[in-house]
Amino acid sequence: MSLFKDTYDVIVVGAGHAGSEAAAAAANMGVKTLLVTMNLQNIAQMSCNPAMGGIAKGQIVREIDALGGYSGVVSDRTAIQFKMLNKSKGPAMWSPRVQSDRMRFAEEWRNLLEQTPNLDFYQEMVSGLLMEGDKVVGVKTSLGLEIKAKSVVLTNGTFLNGLIHIGDKNFGGGRAGERAATGITEQLVDLGFDSGRMKTGTPPRVDGRSLDYSKMIEQPGDDNPDKFSYLDITKPLTQQRSCHMTYTSPEVHDLLREGFDRSPMFNGRIKSLGPRYCPSIEDKINRFADKDRHQLFVEPEGWNTVEVYVNGFSTSLPEDVQFKALSSVAGFEKVKFFRPGYAIEYDYFPPTQLKHTLETKLVSGLYFAGQINGTTGYEEAASQGLMAGINAALKVQEKDAFTLSRSEAYIGVLVDDLITKGTEEPYRMFTSRAEYRTLLRQDNADFRLTPKSFEIGLATQERMKQMENKKEQSEAFVSFFRETSVKPEEANPVLEAKDSSLMKQSDKMFKIFSRPNITIEDMRQFEAVEAYIQEHNLNNEVIEQAEIQIKYSGYIEKEKNNADKLNRLEGIKIPANFDYSKLKSMSMEAREKLNKIQPVTISQASRISGVSPSDISVLLVYMGR
Amino acid sequence: MFHQDTIVALATPSGSGAIAIIRLSGKDAIAIADSCFQSVKNNKSLKDQTTHTIHLGHIVEDKRVYDEVLVSVFKNPNSYTGEDVVEVSCHGSAYIQQEIIQLFLRKGCRMANAGEFTLRAFLNGKLDLSQAEAVADLIASDNEASHQIAMQQMRGGFSSEIAKLREELLNFASLIELELDFAEEDVEFADRTQFKSLVDRIVFVLKRLIDSFAVGNVIKNGIPVAIVGEPNVGKSTLLNALLNEERAIVSDIAGTTRDTIEDELSIGGIGFRFIDTAGIRETEDVVESIGIKKTFEKIEQSQVTIYLFDSTKGITDLKSIQIELEKIKNKYPQKPLLIIANKIDLLDDSQLATLQQQIEGVQLLSAKTGFGVEQLTDSLLNLINTGALRNNETIVTNTRHYDALLKAFEEVQKVKYGLDSGLSGDLLAIDIRQTLYHFGEITGEITNDDLLGNIFANFCIGK
Repeated sequence: MSLFKDTYDVIVVGAGHAGSEAAAAAANMGVKTLLVTMNLQNIAQMSCNPAMGGIAKGQIVREIDALGGYSGVVSDRTAIQFKMLNKSKGPAMWSPRVQSDRMRFAEEWRNLLEQTPNLDFYQEMVSGLLMEGDKVVGVKTSLGLEIKAKSVVLTNGTFLNGLIHIGDKNFGGGRAGERAATGITEQLVDLGFDSGRMKTGTPPRVDGRSLDYSKMIEQPGDDNPDKFSYLDITKPLTQQRSCHMTYTSPEVHDLLREGFDRSPMFNGRIKSLGPRYCPSIEDKINRFADKDRHQLFVEPEGWNTVEVYVNGFSTSLPEDVQFKALSSVAGFEKVKFFRPGYAIEYDYFPPTQLKHTLETKLVSGLYFAGQINGTTGYEEAASQGLMAGINAALKVQEKDAFTLSRSEAYIGVLVDDLITKGTEEPYRMFTSRAEYRTLLRQDNADFRLTPKSFEIGLATQERMKQMENKKEQSEAFVSFFRETSVKPEEANPVLEAKDSSLMKQSDKMFKIFSRPNITIEDMRQFEAVEAYIQEHNLNNEVIEQAEIQIKYSGYIEKEKNNADKLNRLEGIKIPANFDYSKLKSMSMEAREKLNKIQPVTISQASRISGVSPSDISVLLVYMGR
Repeated sequence: MFHQDTIVALATPSGSGAIAIIRLSGKDAIAIADSCFQSVKNNKSLKDQTTHTIHLGHIVEDKRVYDEVLVSVFKNPNSYTGEDVVEVSCHGSAYIQQEIIQLFLRKGCRMANAGEFTLRAFLNGKLDLSQAEAVADLIASDNEASHQIAMQQMRGGFSSEIAKLREELLNFASLIELELDFAEEDVEFADRTQFKSLVDRIVFVLKRLIDSFAVGNVIKNGIPVAIVGEPNVGKSTLLNALLNEERAIVSDIAGTTRDTIEDELSIGGIGFRFIDTAGIRETEDVVESIGIKKTFEKIEQSQVTIYLFDSTKGITDLKSIQIELEKIKNKYPQKPLLIIANKIDLLDDSQLATLQQQIEGVQLLSAKTGFGVEQLTDSLLNLINTGALRNNETIVTNTRHYDALLKAFEEVQKVKYGLDSGLSGDLLAIDIRQTLYHFGEITGEITNDDLLGNIFANFCIGK
């Protein structure tokens, strides 16, 4: 009797952030799913910093939650600190971030997955795919087991031919203490895929008891912490742990430089490209030699553990150099290492080989998500996993694909950037990558995405209902401001206190509220406003939503109009396998790129580098009617 | 369809006739024309006129009368493009045309892209599918290197000023994005006073550029014609004969004309810009070879090339002339080429006959006696009439850039207002991006990746 005789609908290979979301999504969509990973103890490991969210990333976590993924819930339940970043800027920039308890995070994920129906688990290394023509029909394991499936999601992270570097030593591995995965890259290349190498790194972890925090600057969480999930199954933190900040010094830099000749970054041993925005400490002091100090963030790894993460000190220098240099940092004089930092090189597949669904163009039923696509970051990985899991399930169910546009979600921007432009360095999300960031706010991810997810059967009835309530209440509250007038006698004292010009006659509250420096706290001084809030029992989320919609209505409207223009081009489809080589009036470069990427719409074509507006006009001529 | 805005462009080549036609197409075409048209007959507005009718009147703005014009109204779908179309027939002066187009731009039109009227006609089902290829070719050829040509047409400092301004804007945008996406980083953020002075400077320069465009000081006029030939074949003398004045350096020592000299000349009402160049003969001389490189650059920028040679050399060293001609023809197969044998007063009739036999299409000329100069000017005008040359390019460039600068100016004003009222960076960025977009219409494209690249190059980012 064999271990696996039934055919799964979806097999997810790898159980990091991408794999876990993919498995949860597919299973929750009601298809029979198997999660295969090399080590079931390490589900949803935070292999780098113990934090979720941040600028642009926090918005993605909110989007994942709005779609019914688990990352938001897990983050809330395992947070040790919450911060809303960029609160002094406009609402599009507000970005939630938590520090997490690393061990609790993995445990919570595993618990949630175990409670998910339709989901089986198996621990083994997948060494290849089972193919039937250009269709994937399952996976092979290193023990020679064959498991059949209608579709396969690959989320191999840094494990494919992973090579770890510490100084002049290097060894195969997918993470510190875990072995690399082999076989898959080779088979995919045989199938016709292009592959490449990328590099990333991580800092040392040290014993918190060996640090002198009195020499550092404390960084506490928010006074009124918020949370990620739109559902009320999680609660904001009632107590928090602080991070600390300290700086490197010229002395530290000198000690680091002494090890440069043994640095794999500089002696040519590491050939692949690392991200510009997450440089190693040696890279920072090399490229920005005039800077005499760099920030280091000391982040606790959990409620109970003494281990701390030294954010900002990512390095692949020899461990003795790491130790010597870090010991010279203020507060680290007596530091004890838990684990040294390291760099890792791994295989990825240029994501231009994917469709918007994250299914590969070459192999039907095969999906890629996470670092295998050249991205970096838990949030980026998780969101791709979610989208791949959803689409793998939809394909099995023979339903329409689920994709998000650039004006609907950061996830839409992420996927479109990947498949249209590809990436040369590990891709991280920034708000500036989005054309319409005023629309893609963390406060409205539920409005944007929950209805779509509900429609495909992922978001629950309860989630949908909660979103609708929030929407109705906030819209009614906005209408109240539109319709209610306030007299100068009542308004002027409030305006005077805010140095805002005084009123001569009664006016609608909406207009007062629209003034740049007038906030909801000012408005609540009006009797009618406070009475409305009490009478309708409005919560903070609803009040804030109304405030944003009123104060930024002009900009939101403007961006909506711009997005509509883009969407018109989005509506002009290009037939599959369109042969651009016959379009002689188009530049050679454009023809080549278009043939390679095969954009689905005119709008996507226009975003490919090397395709000029005139090329698009030419294309329009052929697609126009 | 995605086209919703109203476009405007000159529909006729300028200067060549008594009248010119400016065409507007789009949903606001009639309304925009109405807003600056005053009929001589009655006050009935154009929107109330029946389609396919012509009206005499004036183009006016406030109290200022631009020109007496005839306005034709075509209502959709029965027009060239299938949209509402207005055609304004005005007097054929380049100045008037430009003024009227600029007026329409201020009233809300957008300068049409190359081939856009035809594109719209096609998309609205006015042209046959079999014409698609031709339409595509037209768009592609008209767009080809249009930014490059435009920048080359600008006088001296202007193109570098525009490039500099774009860079400043990009820096500004990067600084704003920096404090948005990297708020937690240990980098020094620019303060608002710095931003304000930067925006003030941009506003100031932009304003000056717009004014210069408006009075036509920025773009060189005339169809560029490169005069190419070996040193001392009489290029300068020919130029002088054409210009009727001693402008270029004339000397008997071969190779004196090392710097390229340009002069504008009106022939038959058409502006030509003659560019005197050093020859293209093989040389060891460093200074001379720089001149040769320049010569090819000038041919590149010109719409027509005049190859001039000494007829006596045509007898003694025909081979090298043929080689040079091949070189030009191979390099620029599409460009009209006029081959002129100068100094024919030094040859006898049988030698002239040989020359004409050996070099196809050669024209005989003596700059000294004036023989053949008229035939040369006729040939140039012929190129216009056969459509081989387009002479409205400068007006197009001029107005297109004017349009882009005007829109950029509008947006940058919003940025300034936003800064003054303490608007947050993410909202400022919306207007800055728009400004950059309009700048991109002059200099080429800009993407968000530029901004991020700029940030990573200049700031130490990342934990």
